[in-house]
Amino acid sequence: MEANDSEGPTGLAALGLGEPPEADGPRRIEARMSRSDRFYRALATTGAGITLLIIVLIGVFLLLEALPAFRAAGFGFLTTQRWDPDSVPPEFGVAAMMYGTAVTAIVAMLATVPLALATAVFINEYAPRALRAALTSLVDLMAAIPSLIFALWGLFFLVPWLQPIEGWLVAQLGGTLPFMRAIATGSSLFNAGLVIALMAIPITTSIIREVLSQAPRHECEGALALGGTRWGMITTVILPFGRTGIVGGSMLGLGRALGETIAATLILNIRFEIKPQILETGGITVASGIAVEFFDAQELGLSALMAAGLSLFLVTIVINLLAATVVERAKSAA
Amino acid sequence: MAATRAIAPKPDEKPDISDKSAEVAMRAPRRRPRAWRWADVGEFAGSAASALLLTWLIFDRFLPFRIQGVAFAVAWYALTLPIYWLVVRDGHGPVAARDRLASILITTGAALALSPIFLVVGYVTIRGLGVIDFGFLTETMELTGPLSEAGDGGLLHSLVGTLQQLGIATLIAVPLGVLTAVYLSEITGPLARPTRLVADAMTALPSIVAGLFVYSIVVIRTGWGFSGFAGSLALTILMLPTVTIAAEQVLRVVPGSLREAALALGSPYWRSVLLVVLPTARAGLATAVILGMARVVGETAPVLLTVGGTNILNVNPFSDYQDNIPLFVFNQIRSSKETFVERAWGGALLLLILVLVLFVLARLAGGAGPGGKSRRRRGAAK
Repeated sequence: MEANDSEGPTGLAALGLGEPPEADGPRRIEARMSRSDRFYRALATTGAGITLLIIVLIGVFLLLEALPAFRAAGFGFLTTQRWDPDSVPPEFGVAAMMYGTAVTAIVAMLATVPLALATAVFINEYAPRALRAALTSLVDLMAAIPSLIFALWGLFFLVPWLQPIEGWLVAQLGGTLPFMRAIATGSSLFNAGLVIALMAIPITTSIIREVLSQAPRHECEGALALGGTRWGMITTVILPFGRTGIVGGSMLGLGRALGETIAATLILNIRFEIKPQILETGGITVASGIAVEFFDAQELGLSALMAAGLSLFLVTIVINLLAATVVERAKSAA
Repeated sequence: MAATRAIAPKPDEKPDISDKSAEVAMRAPRRRPRAWRWADVGEFAGSAASALLLTWLIFDRFLPFRIQGVAFAVAWYALTLPIYWLVVRDGHGPVAARDRLASILITTGAALALSPIFLVVGYVTIRGLGVIDFGFLTETMELTGPLSEAGDGGLLHSLVGTLQQLGIATLIAVPLGVLTAVYLSEITGPLARPTRLVADAMTALPSIVAGLFVYSIVVIRTGWGFSGFAGSLALTILMLPTVTIAAEQVLRVVPGSLREAALALGSPYWRSVLLVVLPTARAGLATAVILGMARVVGETAPVLLTVGGTNILNVNPFSDYQDNIPLFVFNQIRSSKETFVERAWGGALLLLILVLVLFVLARLAGGAGPGGKSRRRRGAAK
């Protein structure tokens, strides 16, 4: 250290770059940026600023547009189930939509979390090494397939395929369990939730897989070397290590599930009501409600849809921000 | 399965593992810890067979009614698990039994999660293949009514709309996304943390909210009305975070020594970024762009609110209603006419092909995204 300090100036002076040797104190380093560099920094900062600004703008403009609806509905906006904003007097609220969104998201998450976790663990720990990259690509491909196509497949293949099973369940359990009762099955919140799970699985899987793959290898090998089984290693090393990542990945999947529009629009039979029978045809989610009601909406109706969109936006942004923070922490912990 | 490895090493083999040279000297047979032994296969096959017979016994002999195939398969699976558990527990102990049971459950879970993709691709291909022909790609729906044959009409207007809207969205989102990525990885100013968080959160922004936003600003406030350009703007919002995050990951692995070399040669920061960092990350950036395009090409909800949808060809994205492929599929599938539904499957197949092509292109271009990252990381570690 000291040697460097005394040597530095002389070395530079020898090259004709530094100050003369008599100025032996610490040199002041001057980093003045050229005008072009300042322009470059400003440009890149503007780019980042615009990205930030877009989110703020979305919130602000939705709020502005939604104000008339909030004024007309008041607190009833949160508790009313019906959606008749253009009738006189207007009567509308997001209660039924929020309920449907919550139910589909819960169903989707109940299917997604165990399946995504199993897939991630399978790819990392069980799949043959040669297959690992291919399976990871497959998950990525699944994430790239448009939700519209999953929705079509769900509508024409999955729902008809499930219909007899659900019919049987309703017949057997409907008598004892009130939420299993159904007059007709098919276009139900439960089925919409299952199809939405297809879109939440790939993103959740790929995040969980990435976090779990950062589990310290020497600890895994230690667990095996101590005579542990593979399952023992997974439960004692990998899962505890990846706990935050699993939570964060699931929350990102939840954000996807909450905002999914097309699957719910195609599969649900639109009904603005809260009912506990999740297997029964009929229901609505916020996103699909917007898509369905959009074309018939008059002035106040549009404002009401903006209000619904704003509530969805706030819910998903909060969840996503939380999830992004959690995932970030899980990744940097490695 | 896994347990073989944990259970199989007998005490006398331990010195072999700890002392490699001794192992070689003794010419001990090479142990393959992950391989199945025939006894394991036998245990599993026996359990499955006995569960099958038990299921048959219950369903065919005891129950008073017939049950469909799905229930039979589920019951078979559900019975196999405890039987196999008992068999392994008897032979190898409870720890091994739990391990093998977990292996089966995890494998089943992965199969359940990954099987839809094959079913979806297969189903869409079967339904759509008969519809796509030359006319489907070169005609519009202008003259096609409810009574026309399924072979009449096509989605030229939607294809043109999709290409234009995707192109405009890419032109806006890519420079913006790359600039943001440059800010995040090269400048790392005070905005970096919030921007990265927001970009992460934006990846799951409900697409319909992006549509509503553009609708309220562009379609209503400016009085522009529905147009392909409004759709492009909505797609831009959805594409931006994908491009930003993927590009940032690519820029971050550009070796710092390259930047320092450029700066040491006296180049200003902007030249080192423009002439050294970005060209080095070229392949990864291309992947980032394509991933962003693949992300939005199939988006339906935002274009539903911004593009309008039409049956005629409109090559001007800046005014009047346009169509695009997801919108075409969405509108046709909701029709009750069988011919419309068939055309929708044709559109869906075309969309799937577009996405697959983009996906393969992204992989060929250089492997960003989770799958390719390992390769880049390996490259960076060298």
